[in-house]
Formats: sequence, structure tokens, C-alpha cells
Amino acid sequence: MSQRTPTSAPPRAPWSYTRFQQRFAPYLFVSPFFLLFAVFGLFPLLFSLFLAFHLWSPLDGIGNWKFVGFENFQLALGPTDMFWKSLKNTVWIGLLSGIPQHLVALPLAFIIHHSLRRFQGAFSTILFLPYITNAVAIAIVFATLYSERLGILNYLGGLVGLDPVRWLGDPNMVPYSVAAVVFWRYVGWNTVLYLSGLQAISEDVYEAATVDGANGWQKFWYITLPLLRPMMFYAFTLTIVGSMQLFEEPFMLLNDGGGSGGAGLTSAMHIFNTAFRDLDMGYASAMSWLLFLAIFALSMLNNYLFTRDGGNK
Amino acid sequence: MTVTPAQHATPRAPTRRARLPWQRVPIWALMLLACFLSVVPFYLMFVWASHPSAEVFTFPPHLWFGDAFARNWQGLMQVTDGQAPRQFWNSLYIALISTLTTLFFCSLAGYAFAMYDFRGKGALFAFILGTMLIPPLVMDIPSFLVMNNVLHWVGQPRALWVPGMANAFGIFLMRQYISSALPRELIEAARMDGATEFGIYRQVVLPLIRPILATLGVVTFVGAWNNFKGALIMKLSEPDTMTLPLSLRRLGGGATNVNVDWGAIMMLVVITVIPLLIVFLLASRQVISGLTSGAVKD
Repeated sequence: MSQRTPTSAPPRAPWSYTRFQQRFAPYLFVSPFFLLFAVFGLFPLLFSLFLAFHLWSPLDGIGNWKFVGFENFQLALGPTDMFWKSLKNTVWIGLLSGIPQHLVALPLAFIIHHSLRRFQGAFSTILFLPYITNAVAIAIVFATLYSERLGILNYLGGLVGLDPVRWLGDPNMVPYSVAAVVFWRYVGWNTVLYLSGLQAISEDVYEAATVDGANGWQKFWYITLPLLRPMMFYAFTLTIVGSMQLFEEPFMLLNDGGGSGGAGLTSAMHIFNTAFRDLDMGYASAMSWLLFLAIFALSMLNNYLFTRDGGNK
Repeated sequence: MTVTPAQHATPRAPTRRARLPWQRVPIWALMLLACFLSVVPFYLMFVWASHPSAEVFTFPPHLWFGDAFARNWQGLMQVTDGQAPRQFWNSLYIALISTLTTLFFCSLAGYAFAMYDFRGKGALFAFILGTMLIPPLVMDIPSFLVMNNVLHWVGQPRALWVPGMANAFGIFLMRQYISSALPRELIEAARMDGATEFGIYRQVVLPLIRPILATLGVVTFVGAWNNFKGALIMKLSEPDTMTLPLSLRRLGGGATNVNVDWGAIMMLVVITVIPLLIVFLLASRQVISGLTSGAVKD
């Protein structure tokens, strides 16, 4: 260690490289995040907020934006634009995929945890597999399954006497078809989350309940569910935030327009089209902030529902 | 509520009564069905990649492998103008460099937050966590503009990996692990022995946090490999920069076009998915327990 001559008054410890680097190392170690966030986070965020009140295309060049006040927001919320429709599509597809995800994942995790404990690792690996796959690749596989005349789904339906379904052609079917892919991809992830939540519940609690004469259903209702609440809250939050930004699956299955009648056009797709196809950056920024508000509101609602009765039930 | 790795490993006493075998039949049937549905799309992509293009769509559909694997590879080279290996390399390059830089910067910051006391630590960490609340979608447009009008990085791979090098999730995951798995005395001891601060990180901390490095590594690799929207926005669409997801989009987009080489497309699908399967299966236990232990610990 290099010792330098003291430069300050005698009562203070001599300046040393060791001490210096000990004091400043942590700042240096955490600084990359803040540097990157300043350039790729904070500045863009403020710029996006600025753009939301302007009319601007990147082709106009920096500085040539026109202030329009709340016009972008009014346009998005008005009846003429696709934004409302896309928001409704997004929420609808989110409900169709999200609710079944949790309705299936919770019992699956429960069964794995309580009845198939020895195979826990194998089951969670297999169920987790869809989560790590490539959305574009898997959308192509599902598009093939959904093929109207030659797809496997309609083939199987035909075997039991069902008429062919226009999975990706019928606007009424489209939200279900997209939601099925999303469901497939994330149900295993939720199962694994719930499984780890269940594993964290101490066995003693159940034993105490058994001593008190609780039956299986009572144990589930009065022990498992309440103790699983933090994990459920976390899993719900992830589902909400993820569903509201759904992009790749419908984009690949239906093309950027969202299929016939735009039934599969999500808000993320609409914003993407507006920004990068129509180059209307100000308007797209305004819509992205509206979507952010929608996500925020739904997260708050989720938070409210979970904290309302303070851990009871 | 906390989930620690130690609790995962705790064996539970077998308190429940053994059930009769026949009662377990529905449970097993249900689980096997769930596993079957999880795996079947993967199985089918391999089946389709092994059949001649014209037979990907046949009626009734093929459910077993064919012998056209090599033919479809040639078809893929044809429809991509021989660029498929290059696209694979582009994806691999971005994923690997993302992974290495993310592991380095996140573990460094996570270590600082876990093992040092410094002024402003709490506020800085809270700020980092707070940035996780911003939906990525809000960042798409302005980060494109920064890349396009300020840095002129559009069309270059670094537009994809630089912004995420030190990310909130990674720092959080690292801090959680390091503060629960590494004793402070260890750091003090190394300091007594005269190690520099970075030396301690490199020689003491890094070797001890391999499990969580594996978790974050796989997650980052998978995320970067799959980054479709980012590549689309940053226009990695030239032959020398195109990544696999963009190539897939170009060949199989909309999936309504019947006059394309479906065998070749399925070959590309398989090539896109295989590295993910390999990386995940090598570390699945570690990834699952690492991810879920970071999940609810706060």
C-alpha cells in the first residue's frame, strides 16, 4: 500500500491511498448505473414528456417541434383514433390470458408441492420452459397450429366433428387465440412463483392446525392463501404490467395492424406503429404516457385490493 | 415474507398420510397433461423442421419426424442468402456481450450496496428500485431518439446492449444474494491482508457468488437473445447486423403467406430456440431458485 506524506493538520489521520479508495470505491462501483440511467433513462424520459405536448417527426430535425398543448392527449382519448380500441383490446386480452394463468398456476403449484414433492424439480423445469422461449419463434409455431384449413387445431376439432374455426381470421376469435399463446407462455412462470411461495410456508403452521383439528380445505383457506398473499400480489403485478405492454405475440401472429378489424391491435402495437411507421413521435409519446397511467392505475387497484383487509382472508 | 436459499433446501418432515395409489391417478394425469402442453410446441417445431416444405402443411398433419432436415437447412441458406449463420452469430454476439457486461456492472454495484456503508446508500438504492416502476414501453421512443439523433448508434448492435449493462433488476438480485450469502468479516479480513477494494471484489467476492451470477447470466442471455422489439426499433436489419428474431419476422411474419419455404422457416425457428434450450437446461434449477428467491424478498 502506498503511503503518502500527511497533507492535513496533525489530529486528522494521514491521507492514504488505502483509505481514499476504501471511501470512494462504493461510489465508483455504483456509478455505472447512474451514468447509464442519466443518458438512457432520465434524459429520454424527460424528452418523452416534452414531446408528448408537441407535434414532431424525427425527420423534422431537433428543435423543429411545434407546441400543441394537450392536443395529442385529446386526440388519443377522442373517438376518431384507435387508441381507445387498442386499450380495450389490451385489457381484454390481458384478462383472457391473465385470469386463467393464475386460476391454473395456483392449483398446479399446490399439487406439485403437496403431492408430487419428489418430482418438484422436474415439473418446474418443464413448466418453466415456455417462459424462456423466443416469442417470435413460438408465435410462428402457433400460427401454424392455428392455420384455418391445415392446422392441427382444426384437424383435432374435425376429429370430434367441429367446424373449422378461423382462429386468426375471425375478429371475435382473435383475442382468444392471442390470449392462449400468452397463457401458454406464462402459466409455468406463475406456477413456479407460487411453488416457491408455498415452499416458504413453514410446515409447523400446518402441524399446529392439524393438532387443532383443521381439515384440508380449512388449511388451504386459512393458512395457505393468507401466507401466499405477498407472492400472489407480486405475481398479479407482473401479469398486469406485462399484459398491458403486450407486443410481440399479436405483432407476429396478426401483423402490425392487429389482424382483421384490428381486433388484436394492442396499445403497445399502436404506439409502435404511430412512432416508427408514421413517425408521429409527439403523438406516440403522449399515448405511451397514457398507457403508463393505465398501468399505474391498474397496479394501484391491485395494491388496494391486496391491502384492503390487512392480511385477512 | 422472505424466501432464502437455505429454506428451499430444508427437507420437510413427511407428515401427511400416504394416499392410496388410485387416488393419485387424476393428479398424475393432470400433471402429465400440463407438461405435455408445455412441451408440445417445441416438439412440433422439430417435427416440422424435418419435413419437406410442402408437407409442413398437410392434412392430416405430420406428428412424427421426417428426413428433410438437411434439405431444409439448404432451403434456409437459400431464403436468407446464406446469412443464417451470420444472423446466429449476431444474436450470439449481442447476447454474450450483454451477459458479460451486465454480470460485471451489476455484481459490482450489488456488492457495493451489500457490503459498504456510504453516505446516501439508502437513497441511491431506493432510486434504483424506483426505476423498475417505469414500464419499458415508455422508454422506446425517447431511447430511439437518443440513439438516432444524439449518439447515431441506430443500426449498431451496441444500441441494444449498452443501455442495459447496469440494470436495476440485476443490481437488486446481486445485492440480495451478497448480503445474505457473504459475511462482512470475510471482506474485512481481505482488507486486513492489504487487498485493494477492487481486488477484494475480483478475488474474494466474484468466486463466491457464482450461483447468482449463473442465474443473472442466463436471464440476461435469454433476454438479449430474444430481444425482438429492441432490434426492430434500432433497425438491426442490414445483412451484417440482422439478428435471428428479425430474420424470423422477415420470413414468417403474419404467417398468412403460403408461398414461402415453411421447412426453411421452421429450421430457423429451431435454430433460434436451441441455444435457449441448452442454456436453460444447463442451469434450470439454479435459475428457478435464484429468480424466485429474489422475487419476494424486500
